[in-house]
Amino acid sequence: MTQLDNVVKPKTRRSKRFLESRAPKLTEDVKNAMIMKGGNTSQTITQALKDLYSLKKPNAVLYKKKNITRPFEDSTSLEFFSKKTDCSLFLFGSHNRKRPNNLIFGRLFDFHVLDMIELGIEKYVSLSEIKASKCPEGTKPMLVFAGEAFDTDNELKRLKSLLIDFFRGPTVSAVRLAGLEHVLHFTALDGKIFMRSYRCLLKKSGCRTPRIELEEIGPSFDFVLRRTHLASDDLYKLAHRQPKALKPKKKKNISHDAFGTKFGRVHMQKQDLSKLHTRKMKGLRKRKGEVVSEEQDGQSPKVAKVES
Amino acid sequence: MAACSVEELLAKAEQDEAEKLRSISVIKELDLEFDVGNLLACDKNRTESRDFRGQKKEDFLRSLARDNTQLLINELWKQPTERVEEAIVAKLPDPTTPLPREKPPPKPRPPTKWEQFAKLKGIQKKKKTNLVWDETAKEWRRRWGYKRANDDTKEWLIEVPETADPNEDQFAKRVKAKKERVAKNELNRLKNIARAQKVKVPGVGLTPKAQQSKDELAKAVSVARTSTASVGRFQDRLPKEKPPKNTGKKRKFEPLIGDFSNEKQKQLELLKIMDSKKPKLDITKAVNKQMREEDREEAAAKYRKGAGKKGRKGSMSGKGKGKGGKGKGGKAGGGGGKKRSKPGKH
Repeated sequence: MTQLDNVVKPKTRRSKRFLESRAPKLTEDVKNAMIMKGGNTSQTITQALKDLYSLKKPNAVLYKKKNITRPFEDSTSLEFFSKKTDCSLFLFGSHNRKRPNNLIFGRLFDFHVLDMIELGIEKYVSLSEIKASKCPEGTKPMLVFAGEAFDTDNELKRLKSLLIDFFRGPTVSAVRLAGLEHVLHFTALDGKIFMRSYRCLLKKSGCRTPRIELEEIGPSFDFVLRRTHLASDDLYKLAHRQPKALKPKKKKNISHDAFGTKFGRVHMQKQDLSKLHTRKMKGLRKRKGEVVSEEQDGQSPKVAKVES
Repeated sequence: MAACSVEELLAKAEQDEAEKLRSISVIKELDLEFDVGNLLACDKNRTESRDFRGQKKEDFLRSLARDNTQLLINELWKQPTERVEEAIVAKLPDPTTPLPREKPPPKPRPPTKWEQFAKLKGIQKKKKTNLVWDETAKEWRRRWGYKRANDDTKEWLIEVPETADPNEDQFAKRVKAKKERVAKNELNRLKNIARAQKVKVPGVGLTPKAQQSKDELAKAVSVARTSTASVGRFQDRLPKEKPPKNTGKKRKFEPLIGDFSNEKQKQLELLKIMDSKKPKLDITKAVNKQMREEDREEAAAKYRKGAGKKGRKGSMSGKGKGKGGKGKGGKAGGGGGKKRSKPGKH
């Protein structure tokens, strides 16, 4: 029913546009996130969800009501919600005695759960507690990941990819240099993940590139990694498959050698070398005096013949 | 002396340069990995100062963040820039980190029957103009849609052709022809979709499916039964087959001009019922209703007694309720039961 050329044709232009925006595309736009609460939530969790929603605005929906589901056991209601709102990222917050202040980051592929990672909040400072002037909503943040654990540990690798997906914002072709204000810094240390959000001030330095001074604005989290539900390798590969049309077309007959010189082959028709116009060297041309003497010599034998 | 001063000058110039670069240069063991398209930087250096706690931890994180951000900014300032409306804008390359897609890539849809034929014959699409000259209105009108040129539907006069029946309704004929064309177009569109999705569509009847439910099987049986020349009238029934439920008309209406006496009778009876002061009471229905309500009250009382026992551990009031029984308890239960049965009914 959601596909455009299916049996039911859209009757208005508006509904057609809506269906087109939800249909699979060659180059996809920014992923939307749905932020929801579980059966029981604490003050920390609700505040944390609100702060993360403000970081992810306008590409996020924040649900007010509690949803009594457990994503790790049954993900059908999550998939239903994602189909209704066309969101492929979700953030589920809950609180119980066994897992206090729990956040589940997750993403979906084709409306089925791909990855889910559960993080526990150990220390949390909210946006309102830090008194500093904030960046405007919707600024594309710069992301920095520090710590070798983000590359060595398998789960942290997926977490890194998930966090990039979550926070990166729309893909742009150019960015205003003065508008690079927001920085999100993730550090993996001692099995914990520290997330800090700073506002960068560009100070004058002697040369063109400015000097950076940081000022902490945003929410700061100290996460600890709890359960994970990662997609199998082949599903992960399937999710990464890009359509063939996106691959840059390789121009034939162009090759580069080690120095960067461009080589190509030019095909010519058969040339008549006698009629070839080469460079004319003036100095090598036959002079006028020589030409006249040749003519006279040529003429005199004729005259002689007539006489005799 | 001059030589000294020149040396001094050079040294001073070098120092100045170093000073300038110092403010933006950051020394790291391993270079960071940058993905400029995503404004991303990954630092793989080992963090030795793991035992920083408390306030020092925040400062350490902040200085680490400052260094990394400085390197990322340095990288960004290396990108080609251009001026767009009083703002300096840096062009970003494509993002290099592979991230999973939201939905699988779209499949190219197979060509329709007409597209295949056109490709075979080499027919190109001819772009048509939006507006067409309308002779009667003497202006440019659109080719189709609201207020179109040469509108067929708005004609108030249609000449009857010589070969046609004089009693035939030409307007109705036109409307019917249009409906047929629309239906044919819709059928072809659906056939194209079915061919694209490789769904088998039968000419007449039901589509075969892998798993069929009970209703679908019953429907299939009935369809098979009536698909004979005499529409299933002489078709013997299978040993355990039940006679079909009324699948035809659900309501039967009397013909408009039929039996006059019957109609008169019916109208008179209706008037008699409307006139009578007594309400129409169906005895059997009333008695059944009363019996059902009494059953329900008893069940509700039992449930409450059970719930009450669970709540108060072993108090003797349950006995009193039990003794109240049909007399008091029934009435109280009836009062409570009545309140409760209404939602129960709906």
